[in-house]
Amino acid sequence: MAMVTITINGKALTVPDNLTVMEAANRHGIAIPNLCRHPQLTPFGGCRLCVVEVKGLPRPIASCTTPVTEGMEVTTMTPRLEEHRRFVLELILSDHPNDCMTCQATGSCQLQELAYTYGVKGERYPGERRIYSKRDGNPFIERDLEKCILCGRCVKICDEVQGVEAIDFGYRGFKAKITTPFEDDLDCEFCGQCVSVCPTGALTGKLWKGKGRYEGVRETETVCPYCGTGCNITVHARNNEIIRISSKPWAWNEGLLCVKGRFGYPFVKSPERLTKPLIRRASGNFEETSWTAALEYVSAWLKKIREERGPDAIGGLSSARCTNEENYLFQKLLRAGVGTNNVDHCARL
Amino acid sequence: MIIRVCMGPAGIAAGGKQVLDAFNAELGRTQVAAKVLENCSSHQVGCLGLCARDVLVEVHRDGTKTVYQYVKPDMVARIVQEHLIGGKVVKDWLVDAAYDSFYRKQVKVVLADCGRIDPESIDAYESVKGYEAARDVLASRTPEEIIEEIKMSGLRGRGGAGFPTGLKWELGRKAKSDVKYIICNADEGDPGAFMDRAVIEGSPHAVIEGMIIGAYAIQAGHGYVYIRAEYPLAVERLRMALDQARSRGYLGKGIFRSKFDFDIKIKLGAGAFVCGEETALIASIEGQRGMPRPKPPFPVNKGLWQKPTVINNVETLANIPHIIRNGCGWYAGFGTERSRGTKVFALTGKIKNPGLIEVPMGITLREIIEEIGGGIESGKPFKAVQTGGPSGGCIPASMMDITMDYEALAKAGSIVGSGGMIVLDADDCMVNVAKYFVQFTQAESCGKCVPCRVGTKRLLETLERITSGKGSPNDIELLEELSGGIKSLSLCGLGQTAPNPVLSTIKYFRDEYDAHIRDRKCPAKVCKGLLTYSIDAAKCKACGSCLKACPSGAVSGEKKKPHKIDPAKCVRCGACFDVCKFGAVERE
Repeated sequence: MAMVTITINGKALTVPDNLTVMEAANRHGIAIPNLCRHPQLTPFGGCRLCVVEVKGLPRPIASCTTPVTEGMEVTTMTPRLEEHRRFVLELILSDHPNDCMTCQATGSCQLQELAYTYGVKGERYPGERRIYSKRDGNPFIERDLEKCILCGRCVKICDEVQGVEAIDFGYRGFKAKITTPFEDDLDCEFCGQCVSVCPTGALTGKLWKGKGRYEGVRETETVCPYCGTGCNITVHARNNEIIRISSKPWAWNEGLLCVKGRFGYPFVKSPERLTKPLIRRASGNFEETSWTAALEYVSAWLKKIREERGPDAIGGLSSARCTNEENYLFQKLLRAGVGTNNVDHCARL
Repeated sequence: MIIRVCMGPAGIAAGGKQVLDAFNAELGRTQVAAKVLENCSSHQVGCLGLCARDVLVEVHRDGTKTVYQYVKPDMVARIVQEHLIGGKVVKDWLVDAAYDSFYRKQVKVVLADCGRIDPESIDAYESVKGYEAARDVLASRTPEEIIEEIKMSGLRGRGGAGFPTGLKWELGRKAKSDVKYIICNADEGDPGAFMDRAVIEGSPHAVIEGMIIGAYAIQAGHGYVYIRAEYPLAVERLRMALDQARSRGYLGKGIFRSKFDFDIKIKLGAGAFVCGEETALIASIEGQRGMPRPKPPFPVNKGLWQKPTVINNVETLANIPHIIRNGCGWYAGFGTERSRGTKVFALTGKIKNPGLIEVPMGITLREIIEEIGGGIESGKPFKAVQTGGPSGGCIPASMMDITMDYEALAKAGSIVGSGGMIVLDADDCMVNVAKYFVQFTQAESCGKCVPCRVGTKRLLETLERITSGKGSPNDIELLEELSGGIKSLSLCGLGQTAPNPVLSTIKYFRDEYDAHIRDRKCPAKVCKGLLTYSIDAAKCKACGSCLKACPSGAVSGEKKKPHKIDPAKCVRCGACFDVCKFGAVERE
């Protein structure tokens, strides 16, 4: 890869020539405000907040889409550029509910953060605001399109990462919006990748509503229990109740989860959930027991069957919800402990 | 003996097909050819130019050309009888002096064959040296020679931006790739513009020949014509022309018996204005939503399917065969120092002779309006001309001696654009004109970038406020502020130029904005919200027609007593004003 030398804010930097100006700046610790750029996605260039000045060019350019070229002289912060950014934020907020008080995203909203940084309230250009009263009836994802800034991140992650293409841009001009085919209710895998990249409160989890934002919320890093993939998840809990699950972008699964990992947590508090082992007695009824008693019961029967019928009379079926380590131990138990190769896994079913 | 019937868009609308059918029937019935001992044929031709006088019919007899105007099918028998057979021109129906002045200052290059040949016949095109340039290029010239020739001609992109065509081709030639594309941009979308449509409908082979030469120059094997589906006749004629060219070996494998392969596909646009922007056009051909992407990379490096792509406008390409045939020096002889050649304009609006014109670059606006256009139709004072469509601006009457070229128009705050030219007179409100164009760009914005999507909406709302009488003193400042931001920050040309109609009208017609805002008056009496209707009791004859016409019950009055209008009930529709025979209804 060829290297080029560019200047950003007077500082000479040597960077690979396949970077954009924004990537080059970020690599050297220079942040550039933006709303539509996401490192996992191809650049979009729509929000226009990341504009920078390049010597010799008549107008400011979007740093997220412009490739670096040899000798480029870039300035990321001038009074004029800051004025431009304020202009864009004013326009976005002029068409935004600005109901941060009750918004799920408050505190984690990039739009709110930029508005705060620039002191913009969205009062400079008052005008019509988009009103979408219809609520999407899907079970998992709250789509509040009035808060949507059309950054395109949800469209891109659905297409470029998840490969589902459940949503896209529709309509023109001020009426442009992100839509499902024929404006039906969202009917997709509900992986929630779109929710995870939304920079505002336009996409949130339906289960999250009213449960808590950041006050009193405890975050615990753990591994998703649903399958052997072992995605890293962050469990958000308040008052000892899980209120939300997310995943950090720097986790090995790059912050991506599936519908179960992201939204399948209410089982934890389900009254139907088994919390103690049960043994079915001769009567056919289940009887609650202790773990020790249950394990002893199982081992006694395994021994008895092996003695009477031989080890191959026993077979073991493991679960996809176990980790690799647990599955390894299970086959070892069957092969070395019981002495049979009759072991399989439910994912084959 | 040849009879040419104008069947451009306006010619067809005026009944050109029926006139042509009538000629064919009449010629057969009367056996003209036998009577005058001469071959006699009648055929359709593309736009003859002076659309206002359609259907125009040209009769070529004994080496002289006679033109009839407003021809209707029932007039055909007399023309055949008296003129074709009898040799006596039917003077009643001849075009008048305006016809000559309409053509006197025009120079036809792109439109040379348009209106002369049958657009549906490849033989007709070849009879006027068609495909000679392409044949010559493929037989004996290198791509570099062609590029040099086009560079020397000074031809600049006729789609609006005016980028030098030769330079674009040179960049396309230098781009390294096994696959390259050339695209003809026929997504003409400016309101009031019909140049490209007329060129394709009038001489489709010229565009194809231009594309062949361009493809050879950049060594592209594939071509696309991106044309809007709202031009069905142009699409049909283009399809026909492509088939004809293919059957003669001018398209396909080893064209003109060379080793060069080139073919053209048609891609229909679905009516989005933004798809005239080249990166949106590419996205649309690829099957994506027509949304522009930022440049660089430029299409000439990474275009269609990520391959080097040269995109030229219809008119640009139609110029190419003429430049190759006649030499770059000939072409550069027209126009000004930096704007060479000719330009086609669609002259519309309040002009006496609306139509399609081709003039050398550098002609003055005055020559176009007064001589070619014949002045203002209503006889009222000429106020301004809007050039360049929604991306352009207004040139006021005070600047009538401005030359029509890229630099002069840009300096005046407008653009040449693709060639739309809308003439405005004293009855046009400039604030309303600006509002009209912003309405258009707002509705056609793709919605991708914030300044264009939301900014133009705020611009429109401000203009709507002003025209409805609710403007505030800061509104002009607000318009300028919004315009500045939208221009600097928008992603593509649509947004970057969308405020031009606003800025140029503020620049030249600030007094009209002031009148709307400060005095709550629309000087041109166009903006409904600012009009008040009243009845002059002295003039009112109490005929009751306004009373009947009023849809909102605002007019009251008894027989033989002057009527009155209740402003609270009046919806300002103007019905009373239109029906009053005595001029008693006053509009302020």
